[in-house]
Amino acid sequence: MAATVTGPGPKVNRIGLPVIEYRGGKTTLCAGCGHNAISERVIDAMYEMGVQPERVMKLSGIGCSSKSPAYFLSRAHSFNSVHGRMPSVATGALLANKTMMGLGVSGDGDSASIGIGQFVHLMRRNLPMIYIIEDNGVYGLTKGQFSATADIGSKLKTGVINDLPAIDTCSLAIQLGATFVGRSFSGDKKQLLTMLKAAIAHKGTVMLDVISPCVTFNDHEGSTRSYKYMQEHEDAIAEIGFVPHFEEIDVEYDAGTTLDVTMHDGSSLRLKKLHEHYDPTDRAAAVKALIEAHEKGEVLTGVFYIDTNKPAFTDLLNLVDEPLATLPQERVRPAKQVLDDIMARLK
Amino acid sequence: MATTNAGAPSTEGAPAAAEFKAPLKPVSNDFSIQIATVNGSGSQSANSVLLRSIFAMGVPVSGKNLFPSNIAGLPTWYTIRASKYGYVARRKDIDILIALNAETAKDDILSLRPGSVAIYEENLNLKQYREDVTCYPVPFEKLAATVCPEAKLRKLVRNMIYVGVAAQLLSMDMKAVETSLRKQFAKKQKAADLNWAAVEAGFNFAAQSLTKQDPFVLERMHATEGKIIIDGNAAIALGAMFAGVTVVTWYPITPSSSVVEQLIDYLKKYRIEQDGKANFAVVQAEDELAAIGMVLGAGWAGARSMTATSGPGISLMAEFAGLGYFSELPGVIFDVQRVGPSTGLPTRTSQADLLPVAFLSHGDTKHVILLPGSVKECFEFAGAAFDLAEQLQTPIFVLSDLDLGMNNWMSDPFEYPEKPLNRGKVLTAEDLKRLGSFARYQDVDGDGIPYRTLPGTDHPKAAYFTRGSGHNEKALYSERPEDYQNLMERLARKFETARTLVPAPVVVQTGKSKIGLIAYGTSDFAVAESRDQMKKEYGLEVDYLRIRAYPFTREVREFVASHERVYVVEQNRDAQMLSLLKLDLAVEQTPKLRSVRHFNGLPIDARSVTDEIVLQEGV
Repeated sequence: MAATVTGPGPKVNRIGLPVIEYRGGKTTLCAGCGHNAISERVIDAMYEMGVQPERVMKLSGIGCSSKSPAYFLSRAHSFNSVHGRMPSVATGALLANKTMMGLGVSGDGDSASIGIGQFVHLMRRNLPMIYIIEDNGVYGLTKGQFSATADIGSKLKTGVINDLPAIDTCSLAIQLGATFVGRSFSGDKKQLLTMLKAAIAHKGTVMLDVISPCVTFNDHEGSTRSYKYMQEHEDAIAEIGFVPHFEEIDVEYDAGTTLDVTMHDGSSLRLKKLHEHYDPTDRAAAVKALIEAHEKGEVLTGVFYIDTNKPAFTDLLNLVDEPLATLPQERVRPAKQVLDDIMARLK
Repeated sequence: MATTNAGAPSTEGAPAAAEFKAPLKPVSNDFSIQIATVNGSGSQSANSVLLRSIFAMGVPVSGKNLFPSNIAGLPTWYTIRASKYGYVARRKDIDILIALNAETAKDDILSLRPGSVAIYEENLNLKQYREDVTCYPVPFEKLAATVCPEAKLRKLVRNMIYVGVAAQLLSMDMKAVETSLRKQFAKKQKAADLNWAAVEAGFNFAAQSLTKQDPFVLERMHATEGKIIIDGNAAIALGAMFAGVTVVTWYPITPSSSVVEQLIDYLKKYRIEQDGKANFAVVQAEDELAAIGMVLGAGWAGARSMTATSGPGISLMAEFAGLGYFSELPGVIFDVQRVGPSTGLPTRTSQADLLPVAFLSHGDTKHVILLPGSVKECFEFAGAAFDLAEQLQTPIFVLSDLDLGMNNWMSDPFEYPEKPLNRGKVLTAEDLKRLGSFARYQDVDGDGIPYRTLPGTDHPKAAYFTRGSGHNEKALYSERPEDYQNLMERLARKFETARTLVPAPVVVQTGKSKIGLIAYGTSDFAVAESRDQMKKEYGLEVDYLRIRAYPFTREVREFVASHERVYVVEQNRDAQMLSLLKLDLAVEQTPKLRSVRHFNGLPIDARSVTDEIVLQEGV
């Protein structure tokens, strides 16, 4: 399977798979939904990085966003769980088999409202997985109520104005201990794809909040989650370049303006400053930049924070190398002598 | 105070008031002791030493901790029952009170029956309240000061003095006491010496200054040889470890916390591999919702996973329990029951989670439940639960209770599980190569149990989509009426398969009695004693079936069918087991069922069972 096919036939990636092997079922989301664009980028990123689809576990909660794992990577096991509880399912699954890549897809309601409890604890555990919030500021499946990431002053189609502050999932994730935190926009193909590829190279919790407009309920004048609003207010904190470990680095960069981060698998993340005080290794600076941009009505995107040194949750637990799930009986059932000794001590 | 019932008539233990002044006929190896102390005063060590000393003398013994929901300062009682007959259920009446808590001392002595014994701190001057109780005032404070000049430790040593006093008054074997004490403080030589000095001080004081005026004595027996003492939560922990559990998640809650705490100790000791790495993961979750989410995620990915909780945690797990049932995810949930509803009485025992667990979640959901009735079954059923979870691909609930879980019980040693782990129907990449493909929810074998693959299986056709929404045999989203109905019918079929796999009941049947009795869990101890009482005192022979699992196996229906009246004994208000039986039995059988309930938070006792059945029988 690892052999690269040459000559005629479909174009294949470094493990010999054509892009079609990364696709999923036909989407049932609305035409133009930002979520579909994100699914496309996931397919591209997995294909380009040469990830074996069988090595991925897709996990989601409930909502439009959480349906989307059905629309990519059919060759990967998938678990569409209950509303707001994907983090716990992902935690269990990754403890059972830490050799797998975890890819979680959630929404703003799923993560910032009903699931905020599990969301914050996933972040603080730094569970090694990619956690994508497909963020449109509204509940789609229940027909357009505000979610907790909606901005103050944002208007629903019905004319209702949101008067409660938005939860910034990126600030939360940075504060709580996620080690790769960024925001992107479903309409920003290049940035999103690059961030997803870098996410695949990272070991630790990657939290990506992807603004993904809801064409049916939140894409109108007065909404701060519309395509138009994003086109006018997206403000990238840095220009992102990514060189995967299996490609040679041949581009020179200016160390004065560009930061080069070596990822866990040897890949290289190049971050060219677009903001004066940008420093993705400084948590306080990252949160400050987020707050300042939000106060100006801008939507800051890019990689805000990255830490490649902090141990992932599975490392903290000091687990054996093989998946716990399939350890043979000889390793998980202690010998008879052990029970006999314990019994003798209880006499 | 709720731990004794002074008004109840009794034929056990203490002699009646009328014969109190007559020459004492010794009452040997058949009485109960209650120690009243203050929570957090180190009384647990003293109580444990006394219990183990009686055990070491070969006398069947049981101990129950009746404690408040409190860290320190509130009253707590410990009862020890010695019974040459081997009865280990709670006894209603106390024969010997050891009153060390000034706050409750008056009520404690007032609750005793005439002819009982009270050992107490002399300053409390309890004699004034009861003429008809044998009183042994002891200067605990003074003795403690002599033994332990260090004021800081004195509080802890004070309790140990009562062990010495009791040992002398009950003619205990001091060798047995010393062995038990040294075992208790095995790793702390200094503490052991100090505490032993306290025991000796108590013993010597009693020998010199007290005159034996009561009939209670302990005499060496050989009924505990080869037996162990363990609490039910430790037994569950051991069962889980030997069942090969690999993912353990929990949220601390009384009375289940010590399941996982003890499991962690065992795992750290026995499941670290040679390279120092752990072949298990334990996560203290943010709440019970996350705990069960992790269990099911791990089970889905192929691990043997478990959590332990109690009633409030069970309530929080409801949504996930339905997902586990509907999406067919293995996992084991231990529920160490306490008293509800709501926070209820968090440190008291009950069997009131049965119905909520049987149907936990919304929609047509029902769960497989195992009902251990002893610490040995806690061990064995913990193991069985992991096999069943993977065989049946569904959450398995194990219902213990506070009485079983947190108290020490005598038991035969646990037997090593010789049966290999049953990992259920899992297809490997090789299987898929042979088969070409598979449909996750297809009933290939007709037993309602489909085949599954684990994430990471190296085959392009291995993956499937797990969801809590409607799905067809191929695990594709479906709202088609026939797909949903087929799925629900198959799940019902699987439940029928479960009926044939779960532990069968234990039946004691003479074939002559028209009266049957059904119980489960910890009610067994009281029922065993009650059946003897009914036979001895009323000539009433009662057959007995102890249910050990839900769904009920065929033996349950047969038992009810072969009796005219069947008493269902349980520790809840709403006759939950009786209700569950009604759903399972043929309609014409249900009028036979009668209810005996005990739900005051204390473990059920034999006398309550006997009195109620005798009343209903009109004997």
